[in-house]
Amino acid sequence: MGSPTLTPATARRTGVVTGLGVVAPTGTSTADHWDAVLAGRSGIREITRFDASVYPVRHAGTIPEFESRTRVPDRLVPQTDRWTHFGLAAAEEALADADVDPAGLPEYEMAVVTASSSGGVEFGQREMESLYQHGPSWVSVYQSIAWFYAATTGQISIRHGMRGTCGVLCGEQAGGLDAIGQGRRLLRQGTRLVVTGGTDASLGPYGLVSQLRSGCVSTVDDPETAYLPFDRLPHGHLPGEGGAMVVVETEESASARGAGRGYGTVLGYAAGFDQSTTTGRPPVLARVIRQALDDARLDPSDVDVVFADAAGEHRRDRVESAALAEVLGPGAVPVTAPKTLTGRLLAGGAALDVATALLSLRDQVIPPTHGPIRLSPDHEIDLVQDEPREVPLRHALVVARGYAGFTGALVLGRGDRTR
Amino acid sequence: MSRFDLDELRQIMRASAGVDEGVDLAGDIGDLEFGDLGYDSLAVLELVSQVQRTHGIVIPDEAVEEMPTPNRAVEYINRLAMEGKAS
Repeated sequence: MGSPTLTPATARRTGVVTGLGVVAPTGTSTADHWDAVLAGRSGIREITRFDASVYPVRHAGTIPEFESRTRVPDRLVPQTDRWTHFGLAAAEEALADADVDPAGLPEYEMAVVTASSSGGVEFGQREMESLYQHGPSWVSVYQSIAWFYAATTGQISIRHGMRGTCGVLCGEQAGGLDAIGQGRRLLRQGTRLVVTGGTDASLGPYGLVSQLRSGCVSTVDDPETAYLPFDRLPHGHLPGEGGAMVVVETEESASARGAGRGYGTVLGYAAGFDQSTTTGRPPVLARVIRQALDDARLDPSDVDVVFADAAGEHRRDRVESAALAEVLGPGAVPVTAPKTLTGRLLAGGAALDVATALLSLRDQVIPPTHGPIRLSPDHEIDLVQDEPREVPLRHALVVARGYAGFTGALVLGRGDRTR
Repeated sequence: MSRFDLDELRQIMRASAGVDEGVDLAGDIGDLEFGDLGYDSLAVLELVSQVQRTHGIVIPDEAVEEMPTPNRAVEYINRLAMEGKAS
């Protein structure tokens, strides 16, 4: 591939999402996930992958029904972490959904960009246990390729022969948006098709303890009330595992394959980083949302639904609702947080929100935020609760923030796919 | 150690590195190259380290080069085990 030529047309080139793949606490396929989201079926369960009874958090968004043996090539099961298993399964579903046969396309014009926050943390813990209990020769050689953040990207790339510019983004809960933003950048530089998104699986003992250290995880022992974003008395969030992958291609590539405008288009993206609250500098979220809208060449009035970050901690919820009110107008646009059904999925969270937002645009319905949330008067937002809301939807805004300051916003436009 | 054989190697291959689609490990694989069976150099390293653990022998990493096929691996491991007994 030669050096990219940035003509005005390619510099503005947008990405069409032609395929979705989901592995989440709400379902191990896109269809199952969307059914659960509309029906309000929660994927928050007791943690059963290990004995969590002595930990301060015993519930999480888990995927006990996911079977690596049936969803991942046999050779890759012992070589890769659970988070990579999720990524491989979601990528395969997304490619099949897009009706793409990578073998029939130029391998250097296809790329893989995923987000990861924890890497192969469960695999790593198992090998460390072997090291300390038995000695160095007991550590699997696959530790060398299983733990690191780029492992999922690499395995998807190898499996599907996608050898363009690949990469991994580590931005905690915002990483999924960053990956899709990077995917769109590649489309402007000569890549025709990108598998992008994010997954994480950090619900082993070490992974859970790592998350507890943030101080943001809810220790309320009732799965129904532990995670109540925008509530008068929020307690933090519950963690979860899983995520989503999407196939994004240039408009030329999508239309040449008869995929039309797919589920929708990635119209705008922006990212920023918050300074520590001790610096007194204001949060960047409002600015990032404005930049994403500018990038999409849209006005605030063009946004019909917001998929919120929904931190579940009062100060951070307040920052989000204030930014939305500032840019879009107080209570002007419906806001929802389906992640109340899954917990916060680290790198998988924003990727799953993007998939859910695209399904929302496809079916012209906003899924509700789950749980007995008593909306705090501090939040001037129109929070969609209890029932799905059917309204005309042209554009969706997805907001994501990661621990320590990662901030992202992505604007999606409606496609023409009907199912 | 008891004599190491192809069946034991098959078991280790299955457990430690999995099996590629379209490969029949139970078949006549002894003289096929590991690469053709879907096992890359990392996979062979993993097989070797499993043998070291279960049989308590030390196999140098370079030895992988002398094990292009399952039969050659079995031969090498048995020879090494015999030498270990002799010394």
